[in-house]
Amino acid sequence: MATIEEFGEYETAWCPGCGNFALLEGLKQGLAASGRRPRDLLFVSGIGQAAKAPHYLNANVFNGLHGRALPAATGAKLADPRLTVIVESGDGCCYGEGGNHFLAAIRRNVDLTMIVHDNMIYGLTKGQASPTSQRGHVTKAQPGGAAAERFDPVSAAIALGAGFVARAFVGDTEHLAQMVAEAIAYRGFSLVDVFQPCVSFNRVNTFAWYKKRCYRLPAEYDPSDREAALRRAGEWGDRIPIGVLCRADRPVFEDSIPALSAGPLAGREVDRKKLSQFQRRFG
Amino acid sequence: MKSEKAVQVIIGGEAGQGLATVGRLLSLILVRLGYRIVVTQSYMSRIRGGHNTFAIRVSPGEIAAPVEPIDVLVALTPETVDLHRGDLTEDGLIVGDASFVEKRKGCAAVPFGEIAREQHVNTAAVGLLCSVLGIGLDMAEALVDETFKKKNEQVIEENLAALRGGYEWAEQREEIHRPLPAPRRREKRLMMSGNEAIALGALSAGVRLCAFYPMTPSTSIPLTLISAAGEAGVVVEQAEDEIAAINMAIGASYAGAPAMVATSGGGFALMIEGVSLAAMTETPVVVVVAQRPGPATGLPTRTEQADLEMVLYAGHGEFPRAIFAPGDVEECFYLARQAFETAEHYQGPVFVLTDQFLADSARAVKPFPVEELEQVRPGADPDSVKTPYRRYEITGDGISPRLLPGASDHLVVAGSDEHTEDGHLTEDLGARLRLADKRLRKGLGLSRETIAPSYAGDAEPEVLLVCWGSVKGAALEAAGRLRDSGTAAAVLHFSQVWPLDPGRFLDRLRGPARVIAVEGNATGQLARLIHRESGFEIPERIHRYDGLPITPGYILRSMEG
Repeated sequence: MATIEEFGEYETAWCPGCGNFALLEGLKQGLAASGRRPRDLLFVSGIGQAAKAPHYLNANVFNGLHGRALPAATGAKLADPRLTVIVESGDGCCYGEGGNHFLAAIRRNVDLTMIVHDNMIYGLTKGQASPTSQRGHVTKAQPGGAAAERFDPVSAAIALGAGFVARAFVGDTEHLAQMVAEAIAYRGFSLVDVFQPCVSFNRVNTFAWYKKRCYRLPAEYDPSDREAALRRAGEWGDRIPIGVLCRADRPVFEDSIPALSAGPLAGREVDRKKLSQFQRRFG
Repeated sequence: MKSEKAVQVIIGGEAGQGLATVGRLLSLILVRLGYRIVVTQSYMSRIRGGHNTFAIRVSPGEIAAPVEPIDVLVALTPETVDLHRGDLTEDGLIVGDASFVEKRKGCAAVPFGEIAREQHVNTAAVGLLCSVLGIGLDMAEALVDETFKKKNEQVIEENLAALRGGYEWAEQREEIHRPLPAPRRREKRLMMSGNEAIALGALSAGVRLCAFYPMTPSTSIPLTLISAAGEAGVVVEQAEDEIAAINMAIGASYAGAPAMVATSGGGFALMIEGVSLAAMTETPVVVVVAQRPGPATGLPTRTEQADLEMVLYAGHGEFPRAIFAPGDVEECFYLARQAFETAEHYQGPVFVLTDQFLADSARAVKPFPVEELEQVRPGADPDSVKTPYRRYEITGDGISPRLLPGASDHLVVAGSDEHTEDGHLTEDLGARLRLADKRLRKGLGLSRETIAPSYAGDAEPEVLLVCWGSVKGAALEAAGRLRDSGTAAAVLHFSQVWPLDPGRFLDRLRGPARVIAVEGNATGQLARLIHRESGFEIPERIHRYDGLPITPGYILRSMEG
């Protein structure tokens, strides 16, 4: 089992006070708790300030295109299911540019964990509304306030039948680490949407804003009741729940692909005899 | 390449009438008997109705070109007769139901209703054609038996009865016989289309993942892979869109599975950012682009060669690439294999550029030696790399040691941002230059290894036809006909259209009195590229962009002006 130290310490490109620091800390704690070694882990990210996070960790990293982390992660996981594959990126990358892949990943249910740095704003491009920005959120790009409704990722994921949907807040690192460890342990697609303040560009949803609202789900909460989960996930305003909102067993994509029953695709030999038989079908 | 002994049978009708079933069955009979074929499928973008044709050009000797003249026109609807009567040869024959075909010379008005039940009319037509072409019924009977053996005995018997009914009806009518010359010798041949050969080549190279979004005329590549997927151990995943498809393939390849995508122009347009990602992360990926006429949705089921420039320039930034353009079904197989090898060795995007004509064109090919051919083996040996491991180590040839994630304690960091040698993102502009130069150096190796264009014909031709991709067969036959009529002629065919090495072809261009570029597009994309790379401006151009394949007749007519 790896210690937190084994996941490394790096200089970052983030603003002082950024929520990403606490997120990275909670993530490392969760990784250590998950029992995975750096070499077992593959982080796949997109583009944005959040997507830089895997560069500040000891792990295998595929830092791809904006919005396209999920399909790249899907391909990597299918190629080598021995890897623990974690998608890590921001709300714009995962829910905006990559929205279609988010829907498809939930439907497909490949064994991936998706950790979204959700600060409800575009940070890297300096403060435009993101899909999770609240309606009316004023930015330089939306001077009259964001006109579109907020995208609610956890409700959407639950509605689509996702098997593991959790929310966390960087102000509760211990809980965040627990969510990460549980999501990694879950076999199938797991989502952890993590609230984090953007100290430079989101003056509305500040640390204090989240701190005041976020509460841990009570111990008696039953995440297997999907309808109750939808109601709970929809709770927004003065109080916002964090924790595992929804949890269910679902058929995992990899189990339904005959070609994967013989182990990882990577390193496999061509069965030339079988190929020769296949060719004969054209005769 | 001589063509006198070739005969063309065209089956025409509405989509949904089963003309492709008749065509495929007859083609396979001919291939098994030892004939060579060139199939041209022309169909409209609809599932029912419209007018489609399945053309089989057949010959005892080697043929490789589609042609217009029709020797036997099998009409499943009256419209077929109206549309194609003009292409009939002097001795041409129209075969169709007695309800719409006249009883006169050059026509076989067949009382199909008397010969077979409605659901077996197509089988009866196959039997009839076996008689018309003088090829006997044994092979057809054997194939009907094989085709329907999964069904019950009754289905087989009914179809055999229809087959014989059609055959016997025609046997009694000598005036409709158009016997083929006997095949030269029976050696084992397979019936395979360009797309099927690309799929087989990919399997032979060791493809492990193909991600696709359905798009004509590329879809038969993943479908062929799917038909082998279980036994071959390949994951073929229908992605949510083409962007997902290429990113999935790149992710799989990064983790050690040789991966490909197959698409057409519009789908490829969506993949282009992914092409750039493969280049920056130095991840092997094979991209098959099966061209059809654009812009936008264009003519979805027709053919064209107008995406060479798109594929050549696809992706922002500067990076090396290789583009193969198979000229026939054999080249589809071998260049698909080559694409995987090149992608793996040079760690980046490699393209196979085909088109609807070749994609759907079945030919009689010798079985490929799949039992002897080597597969690609992704990744370097983890024990061979220096510690600390640097994924993008600067090397003389630009090729860095590619390890696979999880295979060792070495961590593999691949980045789409500019990065240092260890893969981590950087804004150190010196590192930028070193890494950009490293990536571009791979282009030198690609240039050195590029396949020289093939040259066939007279050593000192008066006419040189310059072409690429699927035009090969038509150009070769056109040159052959020119030689037959006393004009020294030759063909320069590019099966790799990038990188170009003028040293390997410039001398060929300088000699002939007439150098003619023959391309399935409106603007001469290869000719323009040759000009840019070699300084040689090809003076004459033949273009075709009406959605149909270039034929020898089209070339010769265009030359006359």
